[in-house]
Amino acid sequence: MELDEIQKRLLKEVADLHKVPEGAYNIRSNGQSVGRSSTENIEIIPREDGQGLTVKIKPGTKNESVHIPVVMTKSGIKELVYNDFYVGEGSDVIIVAGCGIDNCGPKDSEHDGIHRFFVEKGAHVKYVEKHFGSGDGAGKRILNPGTEVYQDEDSFVEMEMVQIKGVDDTNRTTKAELKKGAKLIVRERLMTHGDQNAYSKYDVVMDGEGSSADVVSRSVARDNSYQKFDAVLLGNTACSGHTECDAIIMDNGRILAVPGLEANSVDAALVHEAAIGKIAGDQIIKLMTLGLTEEEAEEQIINGFLK
Amino acid sequence: MLELRNVSFEVNADGDDKEIIKNISLKIPDEKLVVVTGPNGGGKSTLARLIAGIERPTSGSLFFEGKDITDMSVTDRANMGIGFAFQQPVRFKGIQVFDLIRLATGKKISMADACEYLSAVGLCAKDYIGREVNSSLSGGELKRIEIATVLAKASKLSVFDEPEAGIDLWSFQNLIEVFKNMRNNIAGSSIMIISHQERILEIADEIVVIRNGSVTEHGPGSEILPKLTGTSDMAPACEKNGPSGI
Repeated sequence: MELDEIQKRLLKEVADLHKVPEGAYNIRSNGQSVGRSSTENIEIIPREDGQGLTVKIKPGTKNESVHIPVVMTKSGIKELVYNDFYVGEGSDVIIVAGCGIDNCGPKDSEHDGIHRFFVEKGAHVKYVEKHFGSGDGAGKRILNPGTEVYQDEDSFVEMEMVQIKGVDDTNRTTKAELKKGAKLIVRERLMTHGDQNAYSKYDVVMDGEGSSADVVSRSVARDNSYQKFDAVLLGNTACSGHTECDAIIMDNGRILAVPGLEANSVDAALVHEAAIGKIAGDQIIKLMTLGLTEEEAEEQIINGFLK
Repeated sequence: MLELRNVSFEVNADGDDKEIIKNISLKIPDEKLVVVTGPNGGGKSTLARLIAGIERPTSGSLFFEGKDITDMSVTDRANMGIGFAFQQPVRFKGIQVFDLIRLATGKKISMADACEYLSAVGLCAKDYIGREVNSSLSGGELKRIEIATVLAKASKLSVFDEPEAGIDLWSFQNLIEVFKNMRNNIAGSSIMIISHQERILEIADEIVVIRNGSVTEHGPGSEILPKLTGTSDMAPACEKNGPSGI
């Protein structure tokens, strides 16, 4: 598999990969797969139309990982891919996705990935998704990820969604359905700058007794960027849900947080928190008394906040 | 040495100019621990903030090591060697205790180095080094971490604004030991503490009393302390502390 320097840099940003990963992987570059490997327990099958993958993880698979990064370095590519993950009963795996777009050309580059997770009984999935954009072309870097999670009894899904830099437009939707005892934890970290727009929507339905969801977004909107965070938790039974939007605005940044809770059972315990504000002046002053400049202090505060 | 020459500071409150600091001239000599005391609202905390550069005087000048620092920023003063511990320490989401201590030292340090500063303020280092400096920490814990950052900065002049405010008695006992240790190792530096506490006043080389924005007493601790004992300017160590001052 041959990758140029830009592709390698993007892979490092989105998947912390310096070389071909161990375990199962598929690397997609400029609209096609450039490397793929399955393992005894994890099978990666390309869809017939070439636009996506089916990933089958055998029951009981432990401590294995799947990497499916996407890199785009040509201007003007627009693609829509569907990836389905079937996670077998009792397995424990890490799935690393993510997309890096380098667009130096005049046309927009867009990757829309629809990921569906079918998580069987007692399985544990840690899902890491990083999005990154670079390049100084007039063409936009656009990412619209759609994620659907179907969790069977006592399964546990942790999702880490990160978009820190360079993506001009993103429309992110995440849906989850939880059965008895299932647990979902989402940690989203988002930073927008320039004239970027980001919309992040969550719909989590807790149908099973004892299920729980914790959706927390930390975000920073700088320059003239705009973000909307829209998280709806729906509790249909004895369950617990928590959603939190914690945001810093800077310059002319704007953020709309719309937390929503719907309890359809007297035993559903649902909580939402949302806080938006600029960096506290005292925080900057404290770091300045340690010798940092105002700009350095802001960077440290934001880095910590998004860590 | 820090020198204030005819420093005044006014604020405009409800359309009226109010003079918080009135023409104060004061020297904080090298290798001395100076405690500034006086009634609440007298201007002590404002004086500390003027020294750190958080506030700028309406008139007058400040000199540090012979250099006029009146117009210098907080950052430049910090880099010249002025440290400042807040009366009400700031919380940060996501920034860990280790990060804050590392930033205070201004260089790459190991976990073991950072732990030394926490141990010095009576915190069990391994329990705290990875903690976020957020609202999960109690007021007393936060206060000790604040003091640890000032120790880590190793300033030529360290200014502490009411270190006893908001902490429990047990923590306070530890704090006295911290300041005694600092006093014993004062070579090449000086310390200024804003405090009402008898136990802190007892370890002062010099005591400055500020009332209504003016210095009303300034002299060796042994001379000033007896005059204060039993007055409202001073609180015995067992008295509960609360946030105070401006």
